[in-house]
Amino acid sequence: MRAVALVLTLLLFWLVLSGHYTLWLIGAGIVSSIAIAAFARRMAAIDDEGHPVEWLVGAITYWPWLLWEIVKATWDVVKIILSPRLDISPTLIRVKASQKSSVGLNIYANSITLTPGTISAALSSTDSTILVHAVTQDGAEATAEGTMDRRVTAYEGRAK
Amino acid sequence: MEMAQHIAAYLFLGIGCLLILIGGFGINRMPDVYTRMHAASVSDTLGAILVLFGLMIEAGPTLVALKLAIIILLLLFTGPVATHAVARAALEVGVKPLLRTRDGKPGKGIIEPDGSVTPWKD
Repeated sequence: MRAVALVLTLLLFWLVLSGHYTLWLIGAGIVSSIAIAAFARRMAAIDDEGHPVEWLVGAITYWPWLLWEIVKATWDVVKIILSPRLDISPTLIRVKASQKSSVGLNIYANSITLTPGTISAALSSTDSTILVHAVTQDGAEATAEGTMDRRVTAYEGRAK
Repeated sequence: MEMAQHIAAYLFLGIGCLLILIGGFGINRMPDVYTRMHAASVSDTLGAILVLFGLMIEAGPTLVALKLAIIILLLLFTGPVATHAVARAALEVGVKPLLRTRDGKPGKGIIEPDGSVTPWKD
C-alpha cells in the first residue's frame, strides 16, 4: 500500500517538474517511479518514517495553524531585533513531548525550530523530552505550556 | 487585473526582503551563537516563504508556481533540521549559552519540566 503511494507521489513530482507531456516522457516517468519504489522496498526504506503518507490529511489543518504561529513568532523576534535595548532573556528549558511515534516527535521538534524565537537543541526519545533554547523567558514558558505539543498530538491522532 | 497581481506580488516580495534584511541585522546584534540562530530563523522561515510566495503570485497559475511551492515545502522541511544540527553541535562541544532571566539577572542553567534547575556544567 505504502509502496503504491510512493509510486504516485514520485510520478506527481515527475509530472510537476517535467512540464512536457508526451507519451515517451510520461512513460519514462512511470517506469522510473515504479523502479525507485521497487529499489526502496528492497532496501526496506518504505516504512512509517520513510514515506509517512498518512500524515498528509491532518496537514490540511496543521500547516495553516503552524504558519500563523510562525507569523506571530516572527513579529515578536523582529520587535526584539529592532528595539534599541535588545530585550532578550535567553533561556534553556526542557519540555515534555506527549507524542507516541517518532514521526510525531520529529514534527513537534521541527515545529519548535520553525517558529522563530525557539530552537529544539536536543531530543531524548527515552523520556520524551526536548531541550529548547528560547530567545526570551516568555517564549520558553509559552512552549512549556504545551499548546503546540497538544496540537501535534492531536495531529498524530488523525494520522492513525 | 494584471496590475493587482503585480502589486500583490511586489508587496509579498517587499515584506519578505525586509524580513531577510532584519534577520541579517539581528545576526549582527545578537550576543552568542544560539541567539544569533533565532535572528537567522526570521530570514529563513517567513522571509523565504514570503519571497517565494510573491514569486508564485507573479508566475500566475502555471507549472512554475507549483515548482515554487515545492521549493517552499523543501525549505520548511530541511531548514529546521539544519538549525537543529547546528544548535546540537554547539551544545555537544560545550559552547556555553548566555543565559538571562526576564529581569536581566544571569540564568542558572537548564529549567527542567518540574521547575527545578540543572546548573550548566563547563
